[in-house]
Amino acid sequence: MVAPILPLVVDGVVLRRRGRRILGPVSLTIEAGGITVLMGPNGSGKTSLLRAMHGLERLNDGAVRWQAPLDETRARQAFVFQAPIVLRRSVLDNIAYPLVLDGVRRVVARARAAAHAADVGIAGLLDRPAQVLSGGEKQKLALARALMRKPEVLFLDEPCANLDPRATRDIEAILRRAAEAGTKIVMSTHDAGQARRLAAEILFLHEGRVIEAAPADAFFANPQTPEARAHVNGDLLP
Amino acid sequence: MNDITSGLGEAVRRVVTLDPDLVEITWLSLRVTLGATAIASLIGLPLGAWIAINRFRARRLVIAILNSLMGLPPVVVGLFVYVLFSRSGPLGVLGLLFTPTAMVIAQVIIITPIVASIAHQAIRDLWADYHDLLISLHASRWQRVQALLWDGRRALLTASLAGFGRAIGEVGAIMIVGGNIDHATRVLTTAIALETGKGNFDLALALGFVLIALAVAVNLAIHFGTRTERSSRW
Ligand SMILES: Nc1ncnc2c1ncn2[C@@H]1O[C@H](COP(=O)(O)OP(=O)(O)OP(=O)(O)O)[C@@H](O)[C@H]1O
Ligand SMILES: [Mg+2]
Repeated sequence: MVAPILPLVVDGVVLRRRGRRILGPVSLTIEAGGITVLMGPNGSGKTSLLRAMHGLERLNDGAVRWQAPLDETRARQAFVFQAPIVLRRSVLDNIAYPLVLDGVRRVVARARAAAHAADVGIAGLLDRPAQVLSGGEKQKLALARALMRKPEVLFLDEPCANLDPRATRDIEAILRRAAEAGTKIVMSTHDAGQARRLAAEILFLHEGRVIEAAPADAFFANPQTPEARAHVNGDLLP
Repeated sequence: MNDITSGLGEAVRRVVTLDPDLVEITWLSLRVTLGATAIASLIGLPLGAWIAINRFRARRLVIAILNSLMGLPPVVVGLFVYVLFSRSGPLGVLGLLFTPTAMVIAQVIIITPIVASIAHQAIRDLWADYHDLLISLHASRWQRVQALLWDGRRALLTASLAGFGRAIGEVGAIMIVGGNIDHATRVLTTAIALETGKGNFDLALALGFVLIALAVAVNLAIHFGTRTERSSRW
């Protein structure tokens, strides 16, 4: 067994874009186990923080440290983007692609991809070109593809934003199962109900900073900051 | 109008009877242009893709040069190649002037920038789409290039076809470097210019129709051969 890549240490990370500080400084530690949920209003920096943790952003200050050399950690994480990115090929080949990159034979990769597609409920779409899928279907594709390598850490940026209630429930079940199987899940959501159902830990962002980090029960029972209180209560108003 | 109908009739007659002169001229047109398209694609497609996905200092400059080379006047290219290969020129010893090879070289110079530029645009757009995903999936540099070339193959084919279209109808450069010599370097476009000059509008028009038919046939063959027609509706 290779050494685990967690905990992930985010140390004083700052992102500046167009002369404006859009994130940070943020310092936190992501431990193995349980689902970590990022919450916060639009533009608070959830996407930026997730991307920075995954190594997609150039940091202006601070560092993101894994417990293994960066090069080894890359293929052991996966990311589901807020706006799903699909390759211009069939749904099946999209889902199989991570395994193809790992040198798995195409037939084998396709067979395993088909199984994963069934898990997220897009088994009927395998032959379609991925570009023609609906927004929700693309999100399911992206999730299936992200799970292909059985990542140790899975980042998801509002994975259920375009999904109907039933699909949302299915996806939540998949995420819970993946978490129980040992995949660390770090995700953002605007759905307070979803955060309550899934989260072990909440990170609350406001204007590019993590202003509250707490176990989910404690966070929802008694938010410490006025911003978090307003955000949580706002969601509950009719 | 009369000229046009009789030209069409003449074209049909010569095609049906497989007029030897027409066949020879058409065959040379096709050979020169396909050769030039193949070579230009070999250079232009990878060049365009390479510029699209690599960041280097002179990148903007290279793109600007490429775009301006697209508008290169064929006559000037012809003149340039002529001087290069003329008996007293630097490459005169090769004896290539007034041969189909010289015509291919001139056409390669004319269409490579077009092929490279269209390929560059297509791959650049695709790369913008794919960038985050391919980085996230930890695809190696070579795997990224493979993904872009494979998923961009239709756009790359379009780039090659654009080069073909420009080359098949080109007359200025190949007239100069080929010399329009009967049974040696005469192609459809130079023959049309010649016959028009002589006042043989029937024959000129007939050759024109054949030229158009040839261009359409090659495009259709490639479209249907690769089923782009159907899949481009994705
Ligand atoms: N490349 C960039 N250039 C300039 N500003 C940027 C850039 N990327 C993000 N921003 C800004 O940074 C802020 C945080 O963006 P981010 O996408 O992280 O927010 P978010 O919390 O994910 O919002 P949402 O809930 O709407 O998805 C926003 O104000 C956004 O406009
Ligand atoms: Mg976001």
